[in-house]
Amino acid sequence: MTTPILQAAARILVSLLLLFSLFMLLRGHNEPGGGFIGGLIGAAAFALLAASHGVAAARRALRFEPSTVLAAGVAVALAAGIAPLLAGEPPFAALWTFFGGDGGEAGGKPDGLPISTVLMFDLGVWLVVLGAVLALVFALEDDDLDEEEGG
Amino acid sequence: MSVPARRRPCAAASADGNPEPKAKDAPSTLLHPPPGRAAASERAARARTRRVADRGGGLMAGTAEGLGSPAQAAAGWALAIASAVAAALFARMLPVTQAGGAMAAEWEWVPSLGVTLAFRVDGLSLVFALLITVFGSAIALYSTRYLRGHRHLGRFFLYLGLFEAGMIGLVTADDLITMFVFWEVTTISSFLLVGFDHASAKARRSAWMALLITGAGGLALLAGLVLLGMAAGTNRISEIIAGGRLTEHALYAPIFVLIVLGAFAKSAQAPLHIWLPNAMAAPTPVSAYLHSATMVKAGVYLLARLHPALAGSEMWTNTLGGFGGATMLMASVLALRQTDLKLALAYTSIMALGALVMFLGATETVAVVAAMTFLIVHALYKASLFLITGAIDHSTGTREIAELGGLWRTMPVTSLAGILAVGSMAGFPPFLGFVGKELKYEGALAIAEEPALLAGAAILSNAMMVALALKILFKIILGAPTPKARGASEAPPRLWAGPLLLASLGLVCGVAPDLVGRTLVIPAAEAVLGAPAEIKLKLWHGVNVPLLMSVATVGLGLLGFLVYRRLSEGLQVIPEVAEGIWDTILEAISNSFSAVARVMQPGSLRAYLSVTFAVAALGPLAAMALQGGVALPATPMDVPTLGAALLTVAGALAAAAARRRMLAIGGVAAVGSGIALLFVIKGAPDVAITQLLVDVLLLVLICMVTLKAPELAARREGRLRDGLIAGAAGLSVAALTLAATSGPFDPSVAQAMEALSVPEAKGRNIVNVVLVDFRAIDTFGEIVVVAAAAVGALALIRMKAFGRAKAEAPRAREAAKEAAE
Repeated sequence: MTTPILQAAARILVSLLLLFSLFMLLRGHNEPGGGFIGGLIGAAAFALLAASHGVAAARRALRFEPSTVLAAGVAVALAAGIAPLLAGEPPFAALWTFFGGDGGEAGGKPDGLPISTVLMFDLGVWLVVLGAVLALVFALEDDDLDEEEGG
Repeated sequence: MSVPARRRPCAAASADGNPEPKAKDAPSTLLHPPPGRAAASERAARARTRRVADRGGGLMAGTAEGLGSPAQAAAGWALAIASAVAAALFARMLPVTQAGGAMAAEWEWVPSLGVTLAFRVDGLSLVFALLITVFGSAIALYSTRYLRGHRHLGRFFLYLGLFEAGMIGLVTADDLITMFVFWEVTTISSFLLVGFDHASAKARRSAWMALLITGAGGLALLAGLVLLGMAAGTNRISEIIAGGRLTEHALYAPIFVLIVLGAFAKSAQAPLHIWLPNAMAAPTPVSAYLHSATMVKAGVYLLARLHPALAGSEMWTNTLGGFGGATMLMASVLALRQTDLKLALAYTSIMALGALVMFLGATETVAVVAAMTFLIVHALYKASLFLITGAIDHSTGTREIAELGGLWRTMPVTSLAGILAVGSMAGFPPFLGFVGKELKYEGALAIAEEPALLAGAAILSNAMMVALALKILFKIILGAPTPKARGASEAPPRLWAGPLLLASLGLVCGVAPDLVGRTLVIPAAEAVLGAPAEIKLKLWHGVNVPLLMSVATVGLGLLGFLVYRRLSEGLQVIPEVAEGIWDTILEAISNSFSAVARVMQPGSLRAYLSVTFAVAALGPLAAMALQGGVALPATPMDVPTLGAALLTVAGALAAAAARRRMLAIGGVAAVGSGIALLFVIKGAPDVAITQLLVDVLLLVLICMVTLKAPELAARREGRLRDGLIAGAAGLSVAALTLAATSGPFDPSVAQAMEALSVPEAKGRNIVNVVLVDFRAIDTFGEIVVVAAAAVGALALIRMKAFGRAKAEAPRAREAAKEAAE
C-alpha cells in the first residue's frame, strides 16, 4: 500500500487530521464534536500514517505505546472526576475557571478563557479512544509483520 | 550453597538447643511429617540453607530483608499491645454486663436496606471479646518469637490483626448483615493464615478446603440471616432476640437449616469437620488462636446468639444434640489414633466444639451454663496446649508423641505450663476443667431428651480426653527421656509466657470458680437464655451423680491410658475416607464445569456470534409478536430519508450476497454511510459524525483482518443460515425502534437538559454536555469498558501471535523498527 502518491498525500492529511482532531475536541462543548469524535479522528490520522508509511513510523510518531495512551486517558478522566472532591463538591461535578475574565456572558461568549474539569474529562475520553483504536490497529499490523517474517 | 553453610546452623541448633529461628516455621507447619525423620531433617536443612542464602544475599545487596525484620517484629509487638489495651477496655465493661446491661454504639451504613453498623456488647459478646483480645495479645507476643526472622512476618501480623478485628466485629455486631460481613472477614483471614506457608502444596490445599467449606457455609448463612431478618421484621439482633421465639414462624425451617449449616461449617461439626485437622498446616500460634480458641467458636457464638429466637423446637434440640454429640464422640475417638501431638489436639478441639453445640441444643439453664463454662475452660487449656506444642516443636524439632518424653528435665517451665493445662483438660480438681466437667454432666442429665444417651457420650468422650491428658502428662512431660528430649533446652521466655499465663488462669479460676462464674459465665448464660440463671459455680458439690460420673470418667481414662498404644494402633483400622470423598467431589465439580465449558465455549467465533444474534433477534421478536405486533408509522417517508434507507438496504444485501470480500466490505461501508446519512437528515450531526468515523475505523480494522482470511467463496456452507440470522437481527432492531417510538414521548427530560445546558454546564452542545457533565460517571464507566475491551482484544491478538511464533513477536517488531530506521 505504500505508494508515493499515498505517502505524499498522507503527509499533509495526517497533520490536518490531527489538527482537526484537536479542534473537534475543543469545540465539542458548544458545537458538534467532543472527545470521542476527536479521538476517532486522531486514530484515523495515525491509521492513515500506518497504512502509508508503515506501523513502525506510526508508532514513532505517536511516541508512546497505545496502551500507555489508553491508561493515561483513564487516569486523566478519573483525576477530573476526583478533583471536585478536593473542592468539596460531589465527584465528577464540573469546576470552571476563566483566565483573564470573570466568566460573565458577554455577547453570547464567556468572558475569559474557560478551563474546566469537563475539558479535562473530555481530554481523558479523547486519549482513551485514541489509545484503544490504535492499540488494535498497530497490533493487527504487527501480526502481519510476524507472518511475513515467520513465513 | 556449599556444605559448610548447611552445617553451621545445624551445629548451632544442637549446641545451644536454640535452633536457627529462620528454619523453625518449616517443620512446624508440616502437617504430617514424612515417615523418615532423616528425610525431614534433610529437607529442613535444605530449607535452612536456602534461607541462609536468602538472608546472606539480602544483606550483601543491602536490601531490606535483614533490616525489615525488626520493623516486622515491631508489628507483632504493636498487635500484642493493641490487643491488650482492647482487652482492658472490654474488661471495664464487666460491671455493666454483670448487672445484666449492655453497651451499644451504632453508625448508619446502608439505611436504604435497613443495614446499620450497630454494635452491642452484652454478657455473651463480652466473654468472646475478652477471649479474643486476651488470647490475641498472648498469641501475637508468642508469634514474634516463634516466627522470628520469617521473611513474611509483616504479612503474618497483618492477617492476624485482620482476623482479630473481624472476630471482635463478629461477636459485637448487633446487625445481621454487619455480623455476616465480619464473619466472612474471619473466613478470608483464616484462609490466608492456613495458606501462610504458601510454598507448600499441602498448605495450599488445606487453605482451599477451609475456604470452600466455611465459605459455602457462609453462603447458606447469608441466606438464613436474610430470611431471619424478613421473618423478624428487623435486622437488629437485639430486637430479634427481644421479639421472642420464631419457632412457629412459617419460615422457621429454612432459617434453621441455613443458619445451622453456616454454624456447623464454621464450627467443624461432622461431617463438615474435615477442614479443621487440615487447617493445622497453619503455623502453630494460628492453630492455637483460630482453630481452637476463637474462630471455630464463631459458629457456637452464632448458635448461642440466636438461641433466644430459634431454640426450643424439636428440630433445634434434635439436630444440635445429635450432630453435636456425634461430633464429640467421633472426634475423641479419632484424637486417640493421632501420632502427631498437634493433630491429636486438633481433634480434641472438634470434640469440644461438638460438646458445645450439643449443650446449646438444650434450653435448660444448667446446660447453657455448662456450655459457657466449658467454652472458657476449653479455650484456656487448649490454646495453651497448642502453644506448648509449638514450644516443644521449637526446642526438640518434633511433634510426634512417640519421640517425646521426660521433657520436665530439660524444659521445666514449659512442662509446668503443660501440667497446668493438662490438669484442666482432664478435669481434675481443683482446676477449672473440673468445674466445667461437673457442669457438663449435670447439664447432660438435665437435657430432657435422651439424658442417658447424652451423658453416656459425654462420659466416653471425656474419658478419652483423660487418656490423652495422662499420655501427655506421664509420657511426654514426666516419662522416660527420649533422645530428642534430652538434646532439647528450655524454650525462650516468649514461648512459655503466654501458655503459662493461660494455663495458670485455669487453676486460679478453678480455685475461685464463683469469680469467673459471676463475672463471665452467668452474664453470658443469661444473655443466651434471656432469663436469670440462678446457678453458682462451685468446686465441691458434695457426693452426687455428676461426681460419680467423674470418677467413672477418670477410671475409664486411666484404663485408656494403660492400653493407649494398643488402642491407638487398633484405631488405625478406621479407614480414612473423608479426604478421598472430598477429592472426588472437587474433581466431579471440576469435570462437570469442564463439560459445560466444552458446550458453551466451543472456540468458534462464528458459533458465538450466531447464537448471540439469534437470541437477540428472536427474543424481542417473539415478545412483540405476543404483544400483538408493531404498528408501522402512518406518515410516508420523504425523499432523502427514502434514499438513505435504500442505500442502507442495498449495502446490507450486497454484503450478505457478496462472493468477493472487497464487495462485502464495500457493502458494510454503504450500510454505515446510509445510517450516518439518516442521522444527518434527522438533525443529529454529532451522532452522524461519530457513526461515520466509527464506520471508517471499523472498515480499516476489518480490512486488516479479512485480507488475511481466506476468500469468502471458499466457505459457502451456512451462508443462508447466517443471512437469515442477520436479517432477523435487523428486523428485530427495526421493530424495537418502531415500538419504542410509537408510544407517547415524554419530552420533560430533554426539555430539562435543554434548559439547563447553558446556565448549569456552560455548553450549547447538549449531547456533549450530557456526556461529559450531566452523566459524566456513566461516560467514565464507558471509557473504562472501552479500555478493558481494547486490552482484552490486544491480549487475544498478541496471544495468537505468541502461539504462532512464541517469543519472536517482540524481536520481529524490533527488527521492523530497525529496518524502518
